[in-house]
Amino acid sequence: MNVVDLSQTPLRELHTRLHNLPKDTNERLWKLINVHGEHACAVGLTQPIEVHIHGHIGYYCAGMNKEATVVIHGQCGVGVAENMMSGEVRVKGTASSAAGATGQGGLLVIEGDAGTRCGISMKGIDIVVGGSVGAMSAFMGQAGSLVVLGDAGANLGDSLYEARLYVRGKVESLGADCVPKQMTPHHVAKLGRLLKRAGMDADPKDFKRYGSARKLYNFHVDNVDAY
Amino acid sequence: MSSTPFYTPPRWSATFDAHSIAEIHRAAQTGIYDIRGGGAKRKVPHFDDLLFLGASVSRYPLEGYREKCGTDVVLGTRFAKKPIHLKIPVTIAGMSFGSLSGNAKDALGRGATQMGTSTTTGDGGMTQEERKSSKTLVYQLLPSRYGMNPDDLRKADAIEVVVGQGAKPGGGGMLLGMKITERVAKMRTLPVGIDQRSACRHPDWTGPDDLTIKIQELREITDWEKPIYVKVGATRPYYDVALAVKAGADVVVLDGMQGGTAATQDVFIEHVGIPILAAIRPAVQALQDLDMHRKVQLIVSGGIRNGADVAKALAMGADAVAIGTAALVALGDNDPHWEEEYKKLGTTAGCYDDWHEGRDPAGITTQDPELSKRLDPVKAGHRLANYLAVLTMETQIIARACGKSHVHNLEPDDLVALTVEAAAMAGVPLAGTNWIPGRNGM
Repeated sequence: MNVVDLSQTPLRELHTRLHNLPKDTNERLWKLINVHGEHACAVGLTQPIEVHIHGHIGYYCAGMNKEATVVIHGQCGVGVAENMMSGEVRVKGTASSAAGATGQGGLLVIEGDAGTRCGISMKGIDIVVGGSVGAMSAFMGQAGSLVVLGDAGANLGDSLYEARLYVRGKVESLGADCVPKQMTPHHVAKLGRLLKRAGMDADPKDFKRYGSARKLYNFHVDNVDAY
Repeated sequence: MSSTPFYTPPRWSATFDAHSIAEIHRAAQTGIYDIRGGGAKRKVPHFDDLLFLGASVSRYPLEGYREKCGTDVVLGTRFAKKPIHLKIPVTIAGMSFGSLSGNAKDALGRGATQMGTSTTTGDGGMTQEERKSSKTLVYQLLPSRYGMNPDDLRKADAIEVVVGQGAKPGGGGMLLGMKITERVAKMRTLPVGIDQRSACRHPDWTGPDDLTIKIQELREITDWEKPIYVKVGATRPYYDVALAVKAGADVVVLDGMQGGTAATQDVFIEHVGIPILAAIRPAVQALQDLDMHRKVQLIVSGGIRNGADVAKALAMGADAVAIGTAALVALGDNDPHWEEEYKKLGTTAGCYDDWHEGRDPAGITTQDPELSKRLDPVKAGHRLANYLAVLTMETQIIARACGKSHVHNLEPDDLVALTVEAAAMAGVPLAGTNWIPGRNGM
C-alpha cells in the first residue's frame, strides 16, 4: 500500500503520480492521510485503483472519476464525484451539496446524509444515500438512479428527464413534472440489485418510485405556470 | 396656391414603429415570445463610432508592404504549462455541434487551422470530427455539462469555463426538438426530439470562491497543462473580470450583446447585457488595477466584422478577439445564393435568424442530413481561412499606419470617438477634442 501524507506531499505531486500509473500497475492500493479538507483531491483518476482518504475532505473529491474506487473515511464537501464516468466512490460520513452532480456513470454511495441538489443534472450515475437528501435533489436529472433510504427535501426531481428516483422515507414535495410512479416487480428487482451493490441493508419493496411526467419535454405556453 | 385638398401624410410613431406593431400582432396571435438566433440587431454604440488617428508629424508609420507587423498571440501564460500560441489574434468562438451541423463544425476547424488559430467546442461536448480538423481546440465547460468527458478535457488544448455569453447573460439555452437528432440526443444523454434546456448556472458551484476551486479541480485533472479561460457575458465587466482573475483564470473571454446565440428570446437578446464597446475599457481597467494586463489575456467578442473592429478592440486593450456570427457568414450563412429558399421561410438573405428551427438553407445551423450536405467543409473551410486572412491583413494595415510593429502595440492613444457616447464608453477623446466624458469629473 502507498501511504501519502498530504501535509508533506503537494496535491499536484500526488495527482502526477496517480495520473501516470501504467495500466498494469501493481500499485493498486493508496491511502491518503492528513488531508485537512483539501479541495479537488483524487480527481481525474483513470485506473482501477483503490484510494482511501482518511479525514474530512473538501470540494470535488473524486471529481470526474473513471474506473477507480475512492473511499472517503470522513465527511466531504461540495460536488463529491462530480461528473463521475465510472468506478465507485463511497462516503462513510455525510456529503455536502451537489453530490454526484452531472455524473455519467459509476456508483456513488453516501452512507450518511447528502445536502441540497444531490444528483443535480445526473446523466447516468447511480447514487445511493443511506440517510436523507436536501432540497432540489435530482434537479434536471437525465439518467441513472437516485436512491434515498431516508427522506427527501423539497422539490425532489424538479424538471426531471429520465432519471429514476427511489425514496424510502418522506418526500417534502415534488418538483415540476416529477410524479409518483408505479413500483413494478421489474423496478423492485432492479432496486434490490442496486442496494446490494451499494452494501445497503434495505428491502426494495419499502421504497416509492418517482419519475418524469414528461409534460415539459417540449415547451408549450399552456405549461407556463410550471416554469 | 394649390387646389389639392390639404392632408397630413401617414406618420409612423417613433415609439410604436413598424417592427413594434408587427411584434404586438405576432404576440397577440401566437401567445408566445419570439425565439431566434444571432445577437442584438438594434443599433448600439459600436466600433464604427471610433476612428484611428494614424501617423502624423508626431507619429512615424511603417511601410505597408515591407515592414513587419506581428500578429501572433500567446494565451494562457499565467499558470498553464502549455500556453496556446496562435498566429493571428482572431479566434473562433464556442458554437455547439447540435446548434451547428457536423460539416459546419468541421469547416470551422479547417479554416481556423489553415490560419493558425483556435476553434471552440460548445454545449454538447466535443466531436471526433472537430478534434481532428482543429489543430488548436478549446473545450467548453458549460452549466449543462452535456457530453462533458474528462478524456476530452485532456484532449483539449485549453478549457473555457462558460459563465455566460453576451447574447443572454444570466440566461440558459434551449435547443428545440427539431435539432435533437439521435446523435445529438446520445451525446447529451437526452430523449430524441425533446426541447433541450441548458441550465443558466453551473450545478456544482456558485460565486467566485467556488469558481476558484472549480478551476483548481480542472487544473489538477489535467495536470496544470491547459490554459483555463473564463467566459462572461458583458454586464459588469470590471467586477466580472476582476473576479475571474481572482479565481485563477489564465484568460478572460468577454462577450458583448452583439455576440450570437443559437436560440434565445428576442427580448432577451435585445435588452440584457451591454455592447462590447462599453465593456472593453472597464475590463482592461480591472486587469490594470490588478497588474494583470497582458499577464491574464483578454479575448473580446460580439460584433467583430472586419479588421478595423479587430484593431479597435486590440487598441482598447484586448489581446485577441473571437468571432462567431461572422465566421458562420464566411462559411456561407445568409448567402444570397439561397434567396429563393430564404423567401419560402419568410425572410431574405442577410436577415435569416431562425437558426433554432434547423431549416437553414445553407446547411450550417441544421441537423437535417440533406441540408447539411449542402455545406462542403473543405470549400467552406477555405472561405473562412480567406476571411480570417483578410481580417488579419486589415488589422495590420491599420497598425502599420499607426506606426506599430505588432498589432498588440495599438493603444487607446491611437483612437478617437465620433460620438460623446462612444468617447465615454471607450475612454478615448471625442474627435477633435481632448475631452473624454466621465474623466476628471467632466
